[in-house]
Amino acid sequence: MPDFAPRSDTLLVSMQAISKLYPGCLANDAVDLNLAAGEIHALLGENGAGKSTLVKILYGLLQRDSGHIEWQGEQVNIASPAIARDLGIAMVFQHFSLFDSLTVLENIALGMAVDASAALHLRIREVSERYGLPLDPDRSVYSLSVGERQRIEIVRCLLQDPRLLIMDEPTSVLTPQEVNQLFVTLKRLASEGVAILYISHKLEEIKALCDKATILRGGKRVASANPAVESARSLAALMMGDELSDVAPRVSSANNTTHMQLSRLNYPASDSTGISIQDVNLDLKQGELLGVAGVAGNGQDELLRLIAGEVMPVEPSSIVVNGLNVTTAGAGARRQHGLCCVPEERLGHAAVPSMSLTENVLLTAHHRMPMTSYGLVSQAAGRRFAATIIEQFNVQCSGPDAMASSLSGGNLQKFIVGREILQNPDVLVVSQPTWGVDAGAAAAIHKALRALAESGSAVLLISQDLDELMHLCDRISALCAGRLSDAYATNAVTVQQVGLLMGGATLEASA
Amino acid sequence: MISLQPRAMPSKLMGYLAPVIALCLTLLSGLVLFAILGVPVGQAFHAFFIEPISTLYGLSELGVKAAPLILIAVGLSIGFRAQVWNIGAEGQLILGGIFGGAVALYFYEIDAWYVMPLMMMAGVIGGMLWAAIPALLKTHFNANEILTSLMLTYVAGLLLSFLVHGALRDPDGYNFPESRLFHDAALLPIVMEGTRLHIGAIIALFVVVAGWVLLSRTMLGFALKVNGAAPRAGAYAGFGQKRLIWFSLLLTGGLAGLAGLFEVAGPIGQLLPTISPGYGFTAIIVAFLGRLHPVGVLFAGLIMALSYLGGESAQITLNLPVAVTGVFQGLLLFFLLAADVLINFKIVRKARGQL
Amino acid sequence: MNETILLAILTIITAATPLVFAAIGELVVEKSGVLNLGVEGMMLVGAVSSFTAVHVTGSATLGVLAGMFAGVMLALIFAFLTLNLQSSQVATGLALTIFGVGVSALIGQPLIGVAYEGLPNVQIPVLSQIPVLGRILFSHDILVYCSIALVIAVSWFLRRTRAGLILRAVGDSHDAAHALGYPVIRVRYLATMFGGGCAGLAGAYLSMAYAPMWVENMSAGRGWIALALVVFASWQPSRVLFGAYLFGGISILQLHAQASGTINIPSQLMSMLPYLATIIVLVLISRDHGKIRRNAPASIGKAFHPTT
Repeated sequence: MPDFAPRSDTLLVSMQAISKLYPGCLANDAVDLNLAAGEIHALLGENGAGKSTLVKILYGLLQRDSGHIEWQGEQVNIASPAIARDLGIAMVFQHFSLFDSLTVLENIALGMAVDASAALHLRIREVSERYGLPLDPDRSVYSLSVGERQRIEIVRCLLQDPRLLIMDEPTSVLTPQEVNQLFVTLKRLASEGVAILYISHKLEEIKALCDKATILRGGKRVASANPAVESARSLAALMMGDELSDVAPRVSSANNTTHMQLSRLNYPASDSTGISIQDVNLDLKQGELLGVAGVAGNGQDELLRLIAGEVMPVEPSSIVVNGLNVTTAGAGARRQHGLCCVPEERLGHAAVPSMSLTENVLLTAHHRMPMTSYGLVSQAAGRRFAATIIEQFNVQCSGPDAMASSLSGGNLQKFIVGREILQNPDVLVVSQPTWGVDAGAAAAIHKALRALAESGSAVLLISQDLDELMHLCDRISALCAGRLSDAYATNAVTVQQVGLLMGGATLEASA
Repeated sequence: MISLQPRAMPSKLMGYLAPVIALCLTLLSGLVLFAILGVPVGQAFHAFFIEPISTLYGLSELGVKAAPLILIAVGLSIGFRAQVWNIGAEGQLILGGIFGGAVALYFYEIDAWYVMPLMMMAGVIGGMLWAAIPALLKTHFNANEILTSLMLTYVAGLLLSFLVHGALRDPDGYNFPESRLFHDAALLPIVMEGTRLHIGAIIALFVVVAGWVLLSRTMLGFALKVNGAAPRAGAYAGFGQKRLIWFSLLLTGGLAGLAGLFEVAGPIGQLLPTISPGYGFTAIIVAFLGRLHPVGVLFAGLIMALSYLGGESAQITLNLPVAVTGVFQGLLLFFLLAADVLINFKIVRKARGQL
Repeated sequence: MNETILLAILTIITAATPLVFAAIGELVVEKSGVLNLGVEGMMLVGAVSSFTAVHVTGSATLGVLAGMFAGVMLALIFAFLTLNLQSSQVATGLALTIFGVGVSALIGQPLIGVAYEGLPNVQIPVLSQIPVLGRILFSHDILVYCSIALVIAVSWFLRRTRAGLILRAVGDSHDAAHALGYPVIRVRYLATMFGGGCAGLAGAYLSMAYAPMWVENMSAGRGWIALALVVFASWQPSRVLFGAYLFGGISILQLHAQASGTINIPSQLMSMLPYLATIIVLVLISRDHGKIRRNAPASIGKAFHPTT
């Protein structure tokens, strides 16, 4: 593999043989990374490949165990983010470090370590207009959408006149249209001489945007590539190694029996920061995998809690499962009628972090399976079921007594999905099942969801990952500001069209 | 430099060891405190911790003091597990005393078997009613139960004072603010001849066992624990949060009310302006010291009862202020909270400035 | 104006002042994301310490300083346990109160029955000569003026200064603040110590100006009322002032009503008023879930353990 790095004296930053050891895990193993000014450089890898660790070292959030960093040819020790900022390094995080109760201006002032002055107010307006990132400095952050929040972070970075801009998975929260807008901004920055380190696992994006790519796998740099000349397939092969396997296209197992029907589902927001669910209609057929696309914060969490029975909808809502009206039934009663759910948040919602897997089985399974004898909880029954899940879903853990929080994200997610699937639900509603999960676990979860649909259950998959939805689902719809679009057969719509749905448009009107 | 490193799993061993460490540290600081107060350390130590339990009568008094602490703390443990912070048990205890005492006075000199059961029921109801107020305010108006239950404690104390100055005052009592002495049918049966140990102690033991079964073996107990550890998971599992708040408060209130009734129908035998030396607050320490576990509460209750007896004994023999007891109780809770860090964290020595 | 009414107004101000101190201190603590339920304990220890100091040295200044110092010391115990050892803030706050009640009773044993003439009034020249208003507004002990100044200062600090912005940021999201490199633990230590100092000052005011004497448990729930006031004020300093004066008014009116004998309600029932009023305002203000969530510091009461 040829190395495209220019000679080191023209480099902006050069990371050499960086290693970082966590207890029990070598996150970075002698990784090299070189960037020149004006270059858009992709850092590509699966979850857990070591991308975040590497950029956190570059940004001074983590300290390397060995290796060294050169900035414009001079060796530097980036001991804190403040030092990174002084050098001219700025970073847009995947999870924004924003303060909900403070204004945009105050947030930016905090991020830049300056006063929230009138001058800053003016500069925010200037920069946001110049780069097409509209932003009102006086708005409180809690009232902003996810896309707007990301703009705060980008504007904050731009205000520092950075030489290097690090972006950590910036598009995972954006609609396809917003992604295009972002790319225009990034290309403009690069043309002005700013180096951009772009972290992603989305191959098409990288091909569209980046000049160069460094590929990490298992903490090691496995290759450098020119994304323009590589195919998505070959990049994927580099990123995943042996794990890459072609998944057979899905043959729909849906038939015409309705398993779950939502009609005119309504739920008012509990306060000004929440999303109201408005007139959601949905027909979920037996054997069907129906996808709900949408940018985070558009009512996914509310919709799931409504269907699960955690919160009660208002008139004229109705939820019918297998012909039975469960609109006013509680979460337990709905489970008994065959409606099971997997919420997005693994720790604290789908599972109790401080409890054992056995106890976490009891959490939901006691509604559908015998878990008590003479009114007393049977630990043995819970333990048996936990052991079954661990075995069938290949959950890596120390056993049924392991605490939920001791499992890795992927293993805990497999356990939770397994817990619900093995209860043989007629309807399973899953939200973001592969978010932050390693590739192997994601594949296993996808397989299990397919198998469940093929066995005659109905699956509603709420996800931000369009690739996942297009790949798995029979039909797809999108949630925008609490309203659900019509559902379209996946093979009859394009990603761009789904993007329009995610933005709240209708396909008829725009066609 | 010393730093804390999270453990992968909470240490079970440290869970048991932390109260022991806390007790040892409290004893140690007790010695220092005695030295500061200028009393002979050995003598004070003996008066405080040995003398009260060196006789059979002393041991029976331990039971008398421990019974209300244990009753209340079992209820608190269950509530605290569900993150329902009822800290107004003292007020619920007072209401139990008022209600039960009122029944005793209503049936004054009626020698019937049903008087005592009625008093107990009234005591429980009184405590529950008082606890129902924060429960209602919490579930319907989202009002913080810590503050409301505590404010109600002050109100309860004033209510008792008002009643013994008025409606419940002994008509032949020369205007002293106290009720008539309860008659025999309204006094708790004594379980040990020649002592004040009453059947409340037996009932407390029964409550320990019942609380244990509830917490460890029933779905309700599981729901309470889930709700405390992860409320959203509780909602997801379909455990109604409001129901659990009501249950926790009514349970604790009822048990505190019963404890209050036991005080007025046991060691006191009448209604006075003050019927508890702060059992409702001390029970908070008992609950934490007992690891929010009913069996742990049993032992913790005995230890805290000893601190009361020790305080009294030290006052008599050494003329030490009773307030020493309060200092010990506070210190014990501090040390316990500090020692608890070992459950979830390892203390590691980390070299600085490695690179 | 009727002399009785004038006196009542003056006593309302003295009754409100300790609440102002305690509540404004706790407000800053809570704004940084820490819930210290030990205000009552810190007040009591502050009260007994200041009274001891003034009894021994005869200096009112030293008395006030001793009260504040004692409050800070207790707050440091709280800060160490909750911020360094990750103990539960609720449990630790309760422990602080239990400990404070015991320690103050122990220290105060020899002070029971000791007399002190109270803090002298500071007559503001000229202004205090204005009829009626002069006495109501410009003729108080120095701490009354301090309490008002403190509220204004805290309000300015939180809204206008960079340090105040950082404090609010830490209370809103300690993880985000940490990610940006702000010293979460240090900010919370300072806020907690400030709260302790204010609670100690509130206690000092009780024993040196309001009473002025030492009685066991003399704060009588004022620390808890101060906690409720912070909620009532929706975490806004100016409203703390309003709330404190409202409560001061209620407790003084019931005292005056009892003393004058014009209202024939038993004293115990009248004495319940401040506590019942606390419950009522809590209910009124908490009813609106969304409002509480918007105003309350988002990370209040949550443990913070930096992972990186």
